[in-house]
Amino acid sequence: MKDRQPYMNPYLAGIGLGLTMLAAFVLVGRGLGASGAFSAALAWVLGGVAPEHARSNEFFAGYIGDGTHSPLMSWLPFEVLGMLVGAFISGLLARRVEVTTEKGPHVSVGTRLGMAFAGGGLMAFGAALARGCTSGQALTGGALLNLGSWAFMLMVFAGAYAVAYFVRWQWR
Amino acid sequence: MAMMAPFLKFGAFGEPASLVVAFIIGISFGFWLERAGFGSARKLVSQFYLNDLAVFKVMFTAIVTAMLGVTYLSWAGWLDLSLVYLVPTYLAPQVVGGLVLGVGFVVGGYCPGTSMAAVATGRLDGLAYVAGILAGTLAFAEAFPWVKGFYNVGPLGAVTIPGSTGLPYGVVVFAVVLMALGGFYGASLLERRFAASAGESR
Repeated sequence: MKDRQPYMNPYLAGIGLGLTMLAAFVLVGRGLGASGAFSAALAWVLGGVAPEHARSNEFFAGYIGDGTHSPLMSWLPFEVLGMLVGAFISGLLARRVEVTTEKGPHVSVGTRLGMAFAGGGLMAFGAALARGCTSGQALTGGALLNLGSWAFMLMVFAGAYAVAYFVRWQWR
Repeated sequence: MAMMAPFLKFGAFGEPASLVVAFIIGISFGFWLERAGFGSARKLVSQFYLNDLAVFKVMFTAIVTAMLGVTYLSWAGWLDLSLVYLVPTYLAPQVVGGLVLGVGFVVGGYCPGTSMAAVATGRLDGLAYVAGILAGTLAFAEAFPWVKGFYNVGPLGAVTIPGSTGLPYGVVVFAVVLMALGGFYGASLLERRFAASAGESR
C-alpha cells in the first residue's frame, strides 16, 4: 500500500475554502457553518421522542418553528452532510482514511476519547452562547467584517492559547 | 440588467434547490478542510504549540479571499451585501462563548467543522468529539432558562466593523489584508523558532 500523501499547501487550501465561502454568499446569501447543524439534529430527535419537552424548550423551539417542516430540511444539516462526503473524497484521494485515534504515544485511547468528548462539550456550549462556531462566526463573519465575529475569533485564539500548555500531555 | 446576487434572494432558484446547493457547498467545504490536514487533531492543535500554524494560514487566507470577493462583487454592483446574512452581534456572550470554545478546541482537538472531516476519515477521537458536541448542545438547551439573560445581553444587531466604527469599508478591508500578510510572515518566523519542539511530540 502506498503512503499517505502530505497535506496541501495551507495557502492553496485557504483559497479553496475562501472561494467555497464566496460561492455560498453569491448563491444563497449566507456563509458556512457547522454547530447549528448539531442543534437542528438534536431538535429533530427531541421533537420526535419528546415533542412536548422540545416545544417547551426555547432553544429547540427556535429550530422546530411552527412544526410545518423538519429542522433537518434546512441549510446547515445539508451542508454538514456534504462536508462528510467532501472530506471522505479528499481523504480517499490522499490515502488518509484510516480508523484510528489521534493521540500521543503515552496516552491511553480511553483518555484521549474522554478529552475529545469533554472538548466537544465545552465547544458546543461556547458555540451556542456565541451564536456560532469557527465556521459560522470566525470564517463567515470574519470575511463579512462582522463585529461580533471578530471579537469572537480573537477570544477563540486567546482561550486556546491560555490552556494549551495544560493539555499538551495528550500529544507527548 | 445583469443577474444580481445573492441568487436565491433574487429568485433565481427556490428553497428546495438551495438545499442541493448546501450539500454541494458542504462537499467543497469538507474537501478543502481535509486537504489542509484539518481532519487531524494533532495537526490542528499544533497551531497552539506554535510548530505548525496552518490553522491561522488557512483561516486567514480563506477570510481574505472571500472578503476581497464580496468587496469586489458588491463594488461592481453584482452582489447586494445587505442581503447576505450577518449573525447579530452580542459582544459579551460572544466574547465568553469564544473563550469557552477556544478551550474546547485545544482540549478536544477539533471544532465542529473539522470534527466532520475527522469522522469522515475514520478518526475515533473525532467521533467522541461529536458525541461531546451533542451532549454540550443538550446541556446548553436544558440550561437555557438560566443562561438566556446573558445570551441576550447587549444586542447590537447585524453590524460590521466599518458600520460600527465609521471607517470606510475599503479601509477596513485593506487593514485586514495587511494584518493577514503580517501574520503570515510572523507565522513563518514562529514555525522556524518552534520547529525543534515539533520533533519530540511525534
